[in-house]
Amino acid sequence: MELKPLVFYVFALLTIGSAVIVVTVRNIVHAAFSLMVTLFSIAGLYVFLQADFLAATQVIVYVGGILVLILFGVMMTSGRLDMKLKMERGQLFWGGLVTILIFALLLGVIRRTPWNVQEELGTVEGTTAQIGKAILQSEFLLPFEVASVILLIALIGAVLISRKEVREDE
Amino acid sequence: MNDLTPYLVISTTLFCLGIFAVLTRRNAISILMGIELILNACNLNFAAFSRFVTPPDDISGQIISIFGIVLAAAEAAVFLAIILAIYREFSTISPDETDTLKG
Repeated sequence: MELKPLVFYVFALLTIGSAVIVVTVRNIVHAAFSLMVTLFSIAGLYVFLQADFLAATQVIVYVGGILVLILFGVMMTSGRLDMKLKMERGQLFWGGLVTILIFALLLGVIRRTPWNVQEELGTVEGTTAQIGKAILQSEFLLPFEVASVILLIALIGAVLISRKEVREDE
Repeated sequence: MNDLTPYLVISTTLFCLGIFAVLTRRNAISILMGIELILNACNLNFAAFSRFVTPPDDISGQIISIFGIVLAAAEAAVFLAIILAIYREFSTISPDETDTLKG
């Protein structure tokens, strides 16, 4: 038995299984840690897609940054860590119905569309240099600069929104 | 695994789970987790198309994915700042109870 397809399907199952746990579990801290497993397995899928730089970025930014932010948010907004998540039955029914309809629609689209898949896939030897060249020497330079400005705006905005309001007249 | 369809099915499932979380969860941070699932499904799609549909030396899809990750980071920071401000004001982060603007 070949090892590579086996590893791929393990990653695929981990991704979907832990995402199901994120969506259904009642304890929000458990949901956050399950999200960590999801993000790690998606990084594994990126490796299968020969996107090594993307996989590293996924681990650093998502697992190292966004997940820590989410855990901070959980700890600062719940008095107790074992905060339970309530769900309403009607909301569950309609949400589930809409979700299943969207899922069926997207699966139908995937099955019917004639994807223009390349004949020869070829192997890539590390994408980091290619990505650097594409960002700094071609059409992605402007989006790159705009992204840095957006990060600065988000930084200032987050500080401004989350600090306590200080009034002059008090 | 040397085919486009498994990746598309995985990302479709992730997208639908994210939609389900956004529709049914009643805690703002759980909704943020659903949004992160949706964004990840989107990035996975871009990477898969970059591998299977465009020529091997064209990696625009991966670069778009990286920009998606950057935007997700900015979005998460602002989202959590708003959640903190709402928590200070209402002492809860349930979207059902923060309805001051409701007519």
